[in-house]
Amino acid sequence: MIEISHVNKWYSPTFQVLTDCTTSVTKGEVVVVCGPSGSGKSTLIKCVNALEPFQSGDISVDGTKVNDPKTNLPKLRSRVGMVFQHFELFPHLKIIDNLCLAQEKVLGRAHDKSVAKGMQLLERVGLKEQAQKFPAQLSGGQQQRVAIARALAMDPIVMLFDEPTSALDPEMVSEVLDVMVDLAREGMTMMVVTHEMGFARKVANRVIFMDRGEIVEDAPKDDFFGKPRSDRAQKFLSKILSH
Amino acid sequence: MLANFDFDVIRRALPYLFYEGMTFTLTLTALAALGGLVFGTALALMRLSGLKTLGRIAGIYVDFMRSLPLVLVIFWFYFLVPYIGQWLTGASRPISVGAFASSLITFIMFEAAYFSEIMRAGIQSISRGQPAAASALGLTYAQTMRYVVLPQAFRNMLPVLITQTIVLFQDTSLVYVLSITDFLGAASKVAQRDGRLVEMYLFAAVVYFTISCIASFGVRRLQSRIAIIR
Ligand SMILES: Nc1ncnc2c1ncn2[C@@H]1O[C@H](COP(=O)(O)OP(=O)(O)O)[C@@H](O)[C@H]1O
Ligand SMILES: [Mg+2]
Repeated sequence: MIEISHVNKWYSPTFQVLTDCTTSVTKGEVVVVCGPSGSGKSTLIKCVNALEPFQSGDISVDGTKVNDPKTNLPKLRSRVGMVFQHFELFPHLKIIDNLCLAQEKVLGRAHDKSVAKGMQLLERVGLKEQAQKFPAQLSGGQQQRVAIARALAMDPIVMLFDEPTSALDPEMVSEVLDVMVDLAREGMTMMVVTHEMGFARKVANRVIFMDRGEIVEDAPKDDFFGKPRSDRAQKFLSKILSH
Repeated sequence: MLANFDFDVIRRALPYLFYEGMTFTLTLTALAALGGLVFGTALALMRLSGLKTLGRIAGIYVDFMRSLPLVLVIFWFYFLVPYIGQWLTGASRPISVGAFASSLITFIMFEAAYFSEIMRAGIQSISRGQPAAASALGLTYAQTMRYVVLPQAFRNMLPVLITQTIVLFQDTSLVYVLSITDFLGAASKVAQRDGRLVEMYLFAAVVYFTISCIASFGVRRLQSRIAIIR
């Protein structure tokens, strides 16, 4: 579904943020990406839907090359759901309108169909009653669930998550993770940057460990948690599992 | 001194002052503000587009407009537009443009420079995550601006935009250089005709002051209603 091969990216001629990153996510697979802060996880995941350009290598999603200038990026992105660390709901729009905007403007769905779809997804994430509120009237956990629903409203073929729970108060983390676990169990293809190793243990097929812009480890979940091969991954794991 | 005041002069001139003068002033203000906002937003988008040449052109335009006295622009524009029109259309004689059209175009062009700076600040106040989220949903650049960035920028900047419009409302009185009958022009004509300068200019000041004050007050009321809930 996602093929990343030999991707290199520089933010400036002297600062290489991604070095020869190669990996893939097959249909129905859940891949967790972890690694220290600043290691390039967000950058890598944003390359997948071309929110960030990269200088060499190739990425394709469902057979479409994202770095091909001829690719219709808006169309490609509409099929790739993305959830951000800081939710990024549109603050000037009601919750239901947050869910309808792209359905109508990008997919060309009729308003009543979009609303129906939006309400169905809000119900699914347990927020049907909040449809007429504005984002700022919701808690962080609720906002992130809305953000997931907004992405799902586009019927994505794959979902990208960039640290979806790291901006949340601890007591709100599980309500978001529960939604993600359900999604994974329903067979959604997911690439998830997170440090929630409980989530990884529960639903991940593979775990990728990044450090200083490189994919240091890329292993099936049990292998990764059993015996990470690299020192750096071991150190990282012991650090985040100790608290 | 007050004893010599002839307030009846004002009363008699009221229909003329308001039906002709104020109507013109308010029409010019509204149209210039609208046009200035649209053109100014376009300039702001050019400057933020990341395209060097486009940004440069907009930047030079804004700096140029902001470094000229408005009165001079109004004056020059009025005399130049017919020739520019002639040149553009290839007509054999200068195109005659009415004083209203000429002053409207001038104000739009002049105000656009100020509105563009306000909108630019407004757009820059939106976090980068917002356009990123919009793009990630598949919205095009134009849709992202239209539905996500500009509505927020506009709401955030509304108090400043209206304050600028109040300044514009006062500035429209400069059309007197074209002998146009705006509110101040009308007052001034009556003042000259009846030899009642003090009364008429005092009255004009009170009217400008009152309208501006009501508008500022309205801004504050409006702002609490339109502002994005945070
Ligand atoms: N727009 C940018 N310009 C320059 N450097 C950036 C930019 N975005 C991120 N970086 C740098 O790139 C590195 C990787 O960032 P990021 O991908 O956000 O890491 P992570 O998500 O793993 O914490 C960091 O050192 C960060 O400071
Ligand atoms: Mg990050």
